Amino acid sequence: MALQPDALMPSHRVPPDIAPWLLIAALAAGAFFVMASPSTWLTLTIAGLAMGLMLFIIASGLTLVFGLMDVLNFGHGVFIATGAFVATTVLGPAGFGAPGSWLLAPEPALQILAVLAAMVLAMVLTGALGFLFERVIVRPVYGQHLKQILITMGGMIVVEELIKSIWGAQAIALPLPECLRGVYLLGDAAIERFRLFAVLIGLGVLLALSQLLSRTKIGLLVRAGVQDREMVESLGYPVRRLFVAVFVAGSALAGLGGALWGLYQQTITAQIGAQVNVLIFIVIIMGGLGSVTGSLLAALLVGLMANYTGFLAPKIALFSNIGLMVAVLSWRPQGLRALASSR
Amino acid sequence: MSGAVLCLSGVQTRIGAYHILHGVDLTVPAGCVLMLLGRNGAGKTTCVRTIMQHWRACAGSVRFDGHDLGALTPSAVAHLGVAYVPENMGIFSDLTVRDNLLLAARSARTVAQIDRTRLARIFSHFPALERFWLTPAGSLSGGQKQMLAVARALIERRRLLLIDEPSKGLAPAIVETLITALAEARAEGTTILMVEQNLSVARRLGDHCAVMDQGRIVHQGAMAAFSADPALQARLLGFTLGSGGHSAEGMHGFAA
Amino acid sequence: MRKLAFLSNDPPKSRLLAALLAAVVAALALAPLLFPGAKALAVAAKILVFVLLVASYDLLLGYTGIVSFAHTMFFGIGAYGIAIACTVLGPSWSAIGLGLMAALTTSALLALLIGLLSLRVRAIFFAMVTLAVASATQTLASQLSAWTGGEDGLNFRVPIELSAGYRWLETPLPGLGFSVPADGRLLAYWGLFAVVSASFLILLRVVNSPFGRVLQAIRENAFRAEAIGFRTTLYRTQAVVIAALFATLAGALLALWLRYNGPDTSLSFELMLDILLMVVIGGMGTMYGAWLGSALFLLAQNYLQTALASLGQPLADLVGLLVGSDANRILVGVLSWSVELLSPQRWLLWLGILFVLSVYYFPSGIVGRLR
Repeated sequence: MALQPDALMPSHRVPPDIAPWLLIAALAAGAFFVMASPSTWLTLTIAGLAMGLMLFIIASGLTLVFGLMDVLNFGHGVFIATGAFVATTVLGPAGFGAPGSWLLAPEPALQILAVLAAMVLAMVLTGALGFLFERVIVRPVYGQHLKQILITMGGMIVVEELIKSIWGAQAIALPLPECLRGVYLLGDAAIERFRLFAVLIGLGVLLALSQLLSRTKIGLLVRAGVQDREMVESLGYPVRRLFVAVFVAGSALAGLGGALWGLYQQTITAQIGAQVNVLIFIVIIMGGLGSVTGSLLAALLVGLMANYTGFLAPKIALFSNIGLMVAVLSWRPQGLRALASSR
Repeated sequence: MSGAVLCLSGVQTRIGAYHILHGVDLTVPAGCVLMLLGRNGAGKTTCVRTIMQHWRACAGSVRFDGHDLGALTPSAVAHLGVAYVPENMGIFSDLTVRDNLLLAARSARTVAQIDRTRLARIFSHFPALERFWLTPAGSLSGGQKQMLAVARALIERRRLLLIDEPSKGLAPAIVETLITALAEARAEGTTILMVEQNLSVARRLGDHCAVMDQGRIVHQGAMAAFSADPALQARLLGFTLGSGGHSAEGMHGFAA
Repeated sequence: MRKLAFLSNDPPKSRLLAALLAAVVAALALAPLLFPGAKALAVAAKILVFVLLVASYDLLLGYTGIVSFAHTMFFGIGAYGIAIACTVLGPSWSAIGLGLMAALTTSALLALLIGLLSLRVRAIFFAMVTLAVASATQTLASQLSAWTGGEDGLNFRVPIELSAGYRWLETPLPGLGFSVPADGRLLAYWGLFAVVSASFLILLRVVNSPFGRVLQAIRENAFRAEAIGFRTTLYRTQAVVIAALFATLAGALLALWLRYNGPDTSLSFELMLDILLMVVIGGMGTMYGAWLGSALFLLAQNYLQTALASLGQPLADLVGLLVGSDANRILVGVLSWSVELLSPQRWLLWLGILFVLSVYYFPSGIVGRLR
């Protein structure tokens, strides 16, 4: 059968878009030259990567929720806060932080287990909260952006107050186990143990997420749904249920991120959600709404930038991230990884 | 009507302030290919979308195989064995050709579980899909995307195919393969309802035809009879088939 | 007919609503004479400031359909304008004038910038960008401590005519069972009332003008408005600028009243949420909602706590009884938590729930319900 020659690029592969990665490398390299000592650079870079990966964990769920169902949850910070607070209870005197319990045990393995338990419980409880949040707050306002913004903010106020009613309004300390405190010394560079741990967890989540999204059918459904929700429905998949699943997963991830963030900061207040919210929004706008890879790239940029400027010029830290966002959007107005969606 | 698998009666659809379908009565016999013809804006796409329940009819009923579709969501309709190929193809550009087909194959949880025989047949009709198996679908040419869209409807056996203008903008050779592939589906017992403006395709593939105008069915009958009646064609569509065809410009873009 | 023109032909449209509004306005006008004590006056003054702030936000959200989280930024600019001017130049009327002018100009320029740059993008982007900008401004204010007094803020003196020591009448004024000295604070309060009322009437005129109608058309269907020929970005930008100017004025008034300003007083995110609560509960797109929403919110903030305390008391007693006995631990836990929910500090929880319910069921707020 004679077919017309098809117009397509000679290679069967699309050239990978490495420009954003180069941007990250450029930022790191730039910081290297500005800083006097390589060891400081190393410490800050690892800290930046740790922060970036934590931001990615939190942002990935939010960006998928938006990409899939065009819902922006302004109250996403609430899941961050809940995760952090659940972690304080699990690792506190009522949980594994009790005298004789795992957190205070001499064996590092048990200590790590306590932290992992806190993370898992944080994910489970925030996932459940996410389920309720979607059903009660979000579901009635699909498609109405104005109401979504207002309602999710309202939901955030309510949940924040509920958090305060359970845990109190003052700051609470989140204790790190012995084996995760302190630093490793690599030559002159001091690398905080917990940050390394956070990097490992972050990479683990990244790996799991990327495998899920590229190799499993449900992952494919999510990606397809971000592009063309209606077609996914036409192929026979109930998009409603898919969305609830993504929302719950996104909330759980935010809870995990919150627990990590809380351990990172070591003290938390009920406002922790609102504080991280701003950074998260910068990340998902910069990354491109709906793109998980985009939010990874943006999160790494934000994490690195925050740590570099935090050291070099602390006063402009938050502005530097806004400036970065403006610069990136001038280059790519739809974000680092804009999705071609047929919406 | 016995043997009818899809039955619309008195279907009216409104979209926002626009009243598009004004009482559509359409019967599609089982195992046939019915061509839905009509001028631009007659309501053909709206009709198909209403069947698929992407838009709800505000009056009348849509029955498929005894089921009332009005109570179902589009995914439930799909589960009754209906495949929909929309006008814009609905290709997931970020996913590979393989992944697009995997999603369409509902019973397969992994690629390995896709029916090998059917896949081989699809490849024989559309070799490009095999060549670009792992390429993101967004990089394919328009014609190849159309092939993929139709292939998705054929990857598993379906009872009913709803296809909206598949041959639009396609090269003649590709249109040939399209006709062959769809004819094979019909031979399997699949019913096909196809919106088509390319009358040569309509004539070759269609068993029956229905002509829409201003939201109503103004003619329904055998394709052969319609093809043989230039006066009828001129009256209903505004032009005639001529000596048969190809998808030349004259067939498309007629005055609405 | 003269009365209607006074209200720009946009009357309350309901007897109950009109009565309620009249009562609120009258209560505020006569507050120094009706309610004894410094706290009552402070609450009344705050209500007035928020009426202006919320009305300006209603112009943005209710009439133009723009969600912006940067409104507190303009509020803060107004407050800091006065605070810095009075600190640096001393407590004089010219300093106040200068501070106000500087603040209004800054706000106008920023509003222009924000409007022209961001209003081309989707509403969600705009909302997020304003959130980021507001957050940055708050950080900036605490960091430029040389100018702004940092976290602690600025305490400053105001012109003698507005201070407590000044007497503009020899004899005290007759209050409701108490007498009120005719001092500068009284002048300040009534000045505040006058400015807020005048500004409100101006805003009412704006939203009922042809300009205001275009804004509402844009809110309903921006696409169609653009198709008809209105340059929506231009109109929206004007709305942002006008709203910003009135918010700045409100900030200046607040600073003048408090004789203090700090980042938490005028720039905090909590404040932005409070504005949202007031505008939604009062009624979006009504203007009058600003009076009711602010009054309700501030009264709740200051007086609901006592009410809640009395509600929670019987329940707390019950829990106390149960803890003594062998009651089920879970039941006790749940009951203690319920008591906690009713504790005075959780007044915001109930207001938040009211807010969520309002968005669902009464988007036009109290005003809408009463109409």
